[in-house]
Amino acid sequence: MTLSVVSGETLAQRLHEAAPNSVVDWDETAVWVEPGSLGSVASVLHDDAEFDFKFLNAISAIDFVEHFELVYHLTSISQRHTGVVRSRVYGREEPTAASVVGVWKGADFQEREIWDLMGVRFNGHPNMKRIMLWEGFDGHPLRKDFL
Amino acid sequence: MAEQTSFTMPSSGGPLHSRTWDIDRSEGQLVNELIAASQTPIEVPYIEVPDDLKRNLMVTSVDALVNWSRKSALWPVSFGLACCAFEMMATAMGRFDISRFGMEAFRASPRQADLMIVAGTVTWKMAPPIQRIYEQMAEPRWVISMGVCATSGGPYFGSYSVVPGVDHIIPVDVYVPGCPPRPDALLYGIMELHEKIKKYRNLGDGSFKP
Repeated sequence: MTLSVVSGETLAQRLHEAAPNSVVDWDETAVWVEPGSLGSVASVLHDDAEFDFKFLNAISAIDFVEHFELVYHLTSISQRHTGVVRSRVYGREEPTAASVVGVWKGADFQEREIWDLMGVRFNGHPNMKRIMLWEGFDGHPLRKDFL
Repeated sequence: MAEQTSFTMPSSGGPLHSRTWDIDRSEGQLVNELIAASQTPIEVPYIEVPDDLKRNLMVTSVDALVNWSRKSALWPVSFGLACCAFEMMATAMGRFDISRFGMEAFRASPRQADLMIVAGTVTWKMAPPIQRIYEQMAEPRWVISMGVCATSGGPYFGSYSVVPGVDHIIPVDVYVPGCPPRPDALLYGIMELHEKIKKYRNLGDGSFKP
């Protein structure tokens, strides 16, 4: 059974109504949202009967040097469709986004890994500390400017 | 069914159910013959020691005896860090059969083990547990560094999270190169360790570890 893809435009239209001032941009593949509103965006997409994104496939983080980008791949088991939410996070000292652990519990370790290796903090995470490297490690090794 | 005088089982002659009585009679005759032939216990001893050996002493040195007994039953601690552990498991299985060296008892507790096979990449976060396991092992204890990762960091040499050789944190007796080493290579390393253990001097002022 193939999954259909929910376009970023459809997601953006729904988010305009349910979570105002959250959407930054959209195209065919994804919708870009404000990093601070990721928590409310997540609960809208999770609870909406039409989208019903009950499953978070993965969170990725990309270092574009001028900003970090978080990519959330979502799947709905009941609706048989997928969607992509992205978020640009600016700043290299302490880039911060909102946590989605309250919506998808599986995000717990992934957000800790992103903090550990990329250095993006997640507000609202219950246990925001390193997961693979040890406390006291200097830097975040998957950043482009590491080494 | 007609009476038969011969008790041998006919190999052919109709379907099996028509020959069933013959099979039963043939089996009964075999049992009766075995009973008739087995009325007294067999008196031949299982091990015959030659007479000249019975009256002799064997003389050896304490070192040779102790080293021989130590090397003949090295118990490894079951301890695998990465993919080398699969080759270590294969070494323990029937095809390569580590039990030929008295080593099939992979102990789950370091307190019961003599040998630690460091099988795989050692990360700095895993280094304290490795040191603790090594310190929990009772002396005498030996360490085999299995694979290039444990030996020098291997493909991860210079990485921010990998120990550049497990000999930075614990002493190593034998290094086995390979990525991962085949079970043959690990067995060769174990045999090299046996040779090393045989050279120990255990008594007096001259005691030394090779």
